[in-house]
Amino acid sequence: MKVEEYKGVWVFIEQIEGNVVGVSLELLGAGRALADKLEVDLCGVLLGQNVKHIPKQLFEYGADKVYVIDDPILENYRSETYMKAVGDLVRKYKPEIFLYGATSNGKDLASAVATEVMTGLTADTTMLDIDLENRFFEASRPAFGGNIMATILCKKHRPQMATVRSKVMKAIDPQPGRTGEVIQEKIKIKEDDLRTKVLQIVRDTSKKVNLAEADIIVSAGKGVKDANGFKLVCDLADVLNATVGASRDVVEAGLIGHAHQVGQTGETVTPKLYFAIGISGAVQHVVGMNNSETIIAINNDPNAQIFNAAHYGIVGDLFEIVPLLIQEFKVALKEVGGVKTHA
Amino acid sequence: MHIVVCVKQVPDTKVIKVNPKTNTLDRSSAPAILNPYDAHAVEEAVRIKQQHGGKITVVSMGPPQAINAIRKCIEIGADEGVLISDRAFAGADTLATSYALTKAIEKVQKQEPIDLILCGKHAIDGDTGQVGPGIARRMSIPPITNVIKVENVASKEGKVEVRRKIENGYEILQSTTPCLLTVEKEINEVAYSPLPNMIKAAKYEPAVWSVKDLDDVDMTKLGMKGSPTVVGKMWPPAKSAGAKLIEGDAKSQVKQLISIVLEKRQLFEQKGGR
Ligand SMILES: Cc1cc2nc3c(=O)[nH]c(=O)nc-3n(C[C@H](O)[C@H](O)[C@H](O)COP(=O)(O)OP(=O)(O)OC[C@H]3O[C@@H](n4cnc5c(N)ncnc54)[C@H](O)[C@@H]3O)c2cc1C
Ligand SMILES: Nc1ncnc2c1ncn2[C@@H]1O[C@H](COP(=O)(O)O)[C@@H](O)[C@H]1O
Repeated sequence: MKVEEYKGVWVFIEQIEGNVVGVSLELLGAGRALADKLEVDLCGVLLGQNVKHIPKQLFEYGADKVYVIDDPILENYRSETYMKAVGDLVRKYKPEIFLYGATSNGKDLASAVATEVMTGLTADTTMLDIDLENRFFEASRPAFGGNIMATILCKKHRPQMATVRSKVMKAIDPQPGRTGEVIQEKIKIKEDDLRTKVLQIVRDTSKKVNLAEADIIVSAGKGVKDANGFKLVCDLADVLNATVGASRDVVEAGLIGHAHQVGQTGETVTPKLYFAIGISGAVQHVVGMNNSETIIAINNDPNAQIFNAAHYGIVGDLFEIVPLLIQEFKVALKEVGGVKTHA
Repeated sequence: MHIVVCVKQVPDTKVIKVNPKTNTLDRSSAPAILNPYDAHAVEEAVRIKQQHGGKITVVSMGPPQAINAIRKCIEIGADEGVLISDRAFAGADTLATSYALTKAIEKVQKQEPIDLILCGKHAIDGDTGQVGPGIARRMSIPPITNVIKVENVASKEGKVEVRRKIENGYEILQSTTPCLLTVEKEINEVAYSPLPNMIKAAKYEPAVWSVKDLDDVDMTKLGMKGSPTVVGKMWPPAKSAGAKLIEGDAKSQVKQLISIVLEKRQLFEQKGGR
């Protein structure tokens, strides 16, 4: 493989029924910075049916070029078809970097493409950079088991690929009128030759827990010990009209569903206010919440890691502090007229 | 039906400790366990076998101690196990791992054709979830990731229907067999092992294959040599300035905190016109 033949930064554009998912726009933002450093084009890869309206939006979010395959066979995501289409594009146009959102489909596709074109892939990255001297892509992620970040390099294979968590990177402010080049491609697969079929898609739009969009999150860690302690945290959330979050250990203890988990294997959140109550602050938790505007930690261990991530801390026993907080917030919020009114 | 399940022995990351002085992992502090997702994969294989008959073979790559993870699978109800273990495999990333496992599965397949391959959603030590789709690609069979339910197995027609989790719901996919599924934890609850399985497992010795036992192996695709990714620098995550600690007794701490929070009063004001 001639590494120098590979040029450009690519982003896989995931769309659902013609709407681009948030992480793809965020990756255009991150990809823009990488492409500028390398002085190359930023390109979107867009597959689907009836998606011709999308490139305009991608140019406004920073793309220079968009490779489009618009074909009924690509209507719904399938590993089989998407892997083939993307693999062919990679072989033909040779990008040096290729980013995917760490969504179900993004991870599925990236894994398959990595094997298809025999290159390296780093999963669930949270930091991206370029080593300009060597022209290496530095993809970093919290590593195995503990409080360590690791940079993964793919020196001799191209493209250098990574999946990236949602909400970690920032989209640029769209620039109305910014344009670029659309490159139409075709897929040469017949439905009869395919082995998988999508029979039905069921989307749950009622989604009760929406951590990603919450303004206030009150999260419980293993310090709450059991259902009673956990209820305290829920009560505080209730008073603040906040969404309840949790560390993985709390989810694994069965105190609340996985949809509430914050962190590397849960949601990435960016609320205005994040309470971490009885949470030790392991890196896998912190990567999911450290972009919150204000972080408040309550922990009885003055050396707990969470105090490194937090803006304000109370060293104390949550079983004493949280009931007081509930009581005092009730009073204080009545004064600002903000206690929720269950209308 | 012949079902192959890929299983990995992993350190229990829930109890692994980090040395705060050196920022290195104290691996000896963590017991080795069967990757929890893989236990669910074996359980699902057992359930399919109960309905359709057949055989379950587990395949693992790892050090000699990984035999214990295979024994755990026998407890859950697997029939046979194969461990591939060789220095040549050491240091493999996901691409090199899927290559080695594929070679092992191809050998298993020569002895008896395979209908279904199951993997865990991911291994808790690396969290990548790339090995399953990698094996599927190498074997040219369809991969279906994030499976939460096996809806239907039509062994005669050679078809399966499964429910796959997506961000805001699920989809139902049909695939011809053989295919490869990676399973989520919610697919099942791992049942308590019946006593005869426990007895069988305690004495079970899986086949152990070295690289020489595998056919047509390209040595350059194995282990560290066959791994495109390398770990560059490692560092402790950025320490921010740290929290401003609120001093005083509990009552006063709470009062101070509340006034800090209320500086964001727009958060609490009624949103008009709702
Ligand atoms: C691959 C991988 C992925 C992971 N993904 C995630 C993830 O997405 N999200 C996640 O959260 N974790 C994740 N983890 C787990 C993570 O490493 C930690 O194990 C976990 O976050 C710890 O949860 P905790 O802080 O609730 O529990 P603990 O670490 O047990 O901390 C409990 C804290 O409560 C404090 N405490 C105890 N009693 C009291 C009291 N009375 N008052 C006040 N404080 C008290 C203690 O001092 C301690 O700091 C992952 C791990 C791995 C290996
Ligand atoms: N060394 C291994 N031996 C057997 N199976 C493995 C191995 N590594 C990964 N797998 C399988 O691939 C799945 C995903 O692992 P990973 O891609 O490492 O997250 C696991 O749940 C296993 O089913």
